[in-house]
Amino acid sequence: MISSRFQVLMIVMLLAMAGLFVSWYKVVYLGVPVTPHDKRSVFTVTAEVDLEGTGSAASVSLRLPSQQPGMKILEREGEAGEFGMTTASMQDGELLHWTKRQFDDKSKLFYKVRVTPEPLYEPQERKDMWDTSPAYDDTQFWDASEQAAAAGILNFAREHSADGISLAAQLIDMFNTEMPTDAVKELLAKKNETTSSLVMALLAREKVPFRKVRGIMLEDGQKKRRAVTLLEVKGTDETGYFSFKSGQITLPENFFVWSLGNRAMMTTKGIAKARLRFSVSEAKVAASMLSKREMLRQGNDFLNFSLYTLPSSQQNAFKQLLLIPIGALVVVIFRILIGIRTMGTFMPVLFALAFIQTTLISGLAMFFVIVASGLIVRSYLSRLQLLLVARISAVIIVVISIMSIMSIISFKLGIDEVLKITFFPMIILSWTIERMSILWEESGAREALTQVGGSLIVAIAASFAMDNDFVRHLTFTFPELQLLVLAMVILIGRYTGYRLSELVRFAPMAGR
Amino acid sequence: MKLVTFGALRRKGIIGMNYRNIELIGRYNPRKLYPMVDNKLMTKELATASGVPVTELYATIERQSQLRDLHTILATYDSFVVKPDYGSGGKGIVVITHREGDTFIKASGDALSLSDLRKHFSNVLSGLYSLGGRYDTAIIEKVVAFDPMFANYSFEGVPDIRIIVYRGYPVMAMMRCPTKESDGKANLHQGAVGVGLNLKDGSALSAVIHDRPVTHHPDTHHDFAHLRVPQWEAVLSMASSCYEMTGLGYLGADIVFDKNDGALLLELNARPGLAIQIANGMGLRGRLETVDRQKQTRDAHERVLYSMNYLE
Repeated sequence: MISSRFQVLMIVMLLAMAGLFVSWYKVVYLGVPVTPHDKRSVFTVTAEVDLEGTGSAASVSLRLPSQQPGMKILEREGEAGEFGMTTASMQDGELLHWTKRQFDDKSKLFYKVRVTPEPLYEPQERKDMWDTSPAYDDTQFWDASEQAAAAGILNFAREHSADGISLAAQLIDMFNTEMPTDAVKELLAKKNETTSSLVMALLAREKVPFRKVRGIMLEDGQKKRRAVTLLEVKGTDETGYFSFKSGQITLPENFFVWSLGNRAMMTTKGIAKARLRFSVSEAKVAASMLSKREMLRQGNDFLNFSLYTLPSSQQNAFKQLLLIPIGALVVVIFRILIGIRTMGTFMPVLFALAFIQTTLISGLAMFFVIVASGLIVRSYLSRLQLLLVARISAVIIVVISIMSIMSIISFKLGIDEVLKITFFPMIILSWTIERMSILWEESGAREALTQVGGSLIVAIAASFAMDNDFVRHLTFTFPELQLLVLAMVILIGRYTGYRLSELVRFAPMAGR
Repeated sequence: MKLVTFGALRRKGIIGMNYRNIELIGRYNPRKLYPMVDNKLMTKELATASGVPVTELYATIERQSQLRDLHTILATYDSFVVKPDYGSGGKGIVVITHREGDTFIKASGDALSLSDLRKHFSNVLSGLYSLGGRYDTAIIEKVVAFDPMFANYSFEGVPDIRIIVYRGYPVMAMMRCPTKESDGKANLHQGAVGVGLNLKDGSALSAVIHDRPVTHHPDTHHDFAHLRVPQWEAVLSMASSCYEMTGLGYLGADIVFDKNDGALLLELNARPGLAIQIANGMGLRGRLETVDRQKQTRDAHERVLYSMNYLE
């Protein structure tokens, strides 16, 4: 048979691990913020299209970004102005169409994407289209000598490379060197050809799969920038990224990919002049706001289970309720590990809840006033020889009267805080008065004050632990941490060692 | 304020509250056995059935309505003790030593009218003193006649002997002597003196008040060194037999000496405290471990002999 001590340890381990794992998962993979004031960057990337019409029917098609690893798209929104706007889902992503029957004006169209970097984010559906269609069928535009030059360049590059990626690197190098070969010079001299178009033409000729990656760096304050074009080349089991200027690179962390593939980002019909530019602006947003909105918007089954999905009145109730285990943990620590005696086991937690509502100082002041006057009243009531239940009921009524009078007086004096005292659980106060006076009679003032003092110390500690933005945030956003609290309570519950107070209690014995 | 280290307590073999709660009470005292000791009437019946002498029961009061006839119920008794059936720690106990007509005189000399007494009964029945505040029964029993042999060590009250019985073996004993401060009560936390007793012969080892060592009784000024409990083996046997009676593996038996009736079982406790260690100047651990090593089955008397000879 497994010993109960071992069972307890197992349960504690399992609970703690479950609680920590779920929290960790939420923090790392779902981006739930750990602190209530955690700020996150949200970038607004705006694609601006400047248009000049021809007077006929006009249409503009813009490829739209989709979710990508490490970069979460929060919102997408297009502005159409006088145009009609539709989106179509294509095989390699979405396409936005702005259309108008007659357009002879100048106009500006916008498409905004709100993005937040999230290093471990992995979209659930990811289209990975390799468009290697030979958009660069150059044979008909190149003459024989150009064809020969191309073949020469490829021969050299092929010899000095191992696979597609190193071939691309070799080619970009050959076109960027300060002293290019004659063959390179000849191709570059050709009208309308650039390093990038030539490199891609040569790669296509060599049947190396590649695609263009177009995007924008996420940096605050970028205005009217053109998209950055990078080349993605597929090797046997890896991909390489290239900048046409600097050769092989790793994809920058803050690079937001707008479109993948070799098709143009924007195509137009019936437009005289069109220009696509991007702007980026950064905003710092409280992370808790961000993830809350996220949870509600996204169909994430896991987070659909979150307390944030409850109506707000229930949420507020839970915010209070979930703090109670923290108070209970404080009581457990104070009683089992420290050994402070309290009046009633969980009375301090109830006191603490009241203190949170009233603020600590005014709560304590009220407590002393009400309990002191209650004790006086109760000592008189005891002379009337009432039955116990009737006597406590009488104390309750008197306590309420005292509270009413105090509220009225303080209101007239302009002290608002006292008004909150009406929330102070009067039944608890009445019981405290009753128990305290019995204890006073039975065991003397010393014992009564020890226990009430102990209760107050624990209540104050509990109210500090519970009335704390960080703790509130953690308990509500990560309710699974209750499992950790439970594990701690169980673990302390099996503590057979000495209490701190026993160091004092048994001190006289150690000397003997 | 003097402090010790955890290590020092461990070396002394002192048992702490947490260890007591889990390893002694939690392990050896199943909750279903509690009513036998929490309920004083039940304890009385059990003890009588197993031949352990107890104080004589005069009457019980179960309902508030009976209080109207309180006068009649008490008519034949000149002195008596009122106790809540489910009381603990001496709460709610009133000792009436004699009466003058309808005025009842307490041990302390205070006078109570019949209506004062009725109020007290009413509180008892309401559960004011009971564990958990449940409705209670009031017990009226015979007053223990003060045995003058302990007169030097007590102030206005009857001293009692607390014996801790672990798995049937008496493992530690002390005498609790009322003082002026404790208002004639034998509760250590109220200021009574705890005198550690030698298991071998019932003689005093050391004494404490409020956990601090003393040598003399604060009111009678007698030296505890001369204290010795008579009929020691019989006292231990009474305590030891409570193990068979209740089945509780860790219990405290409270025994008093009556002038006429000798040693009587006053009450049993399923959660005896740890102050007895301070009174004895010694931790319980070593003795509990010695008992744990006993593989032999022994009857109450054999266990007592074992304890007297080997537990020191």
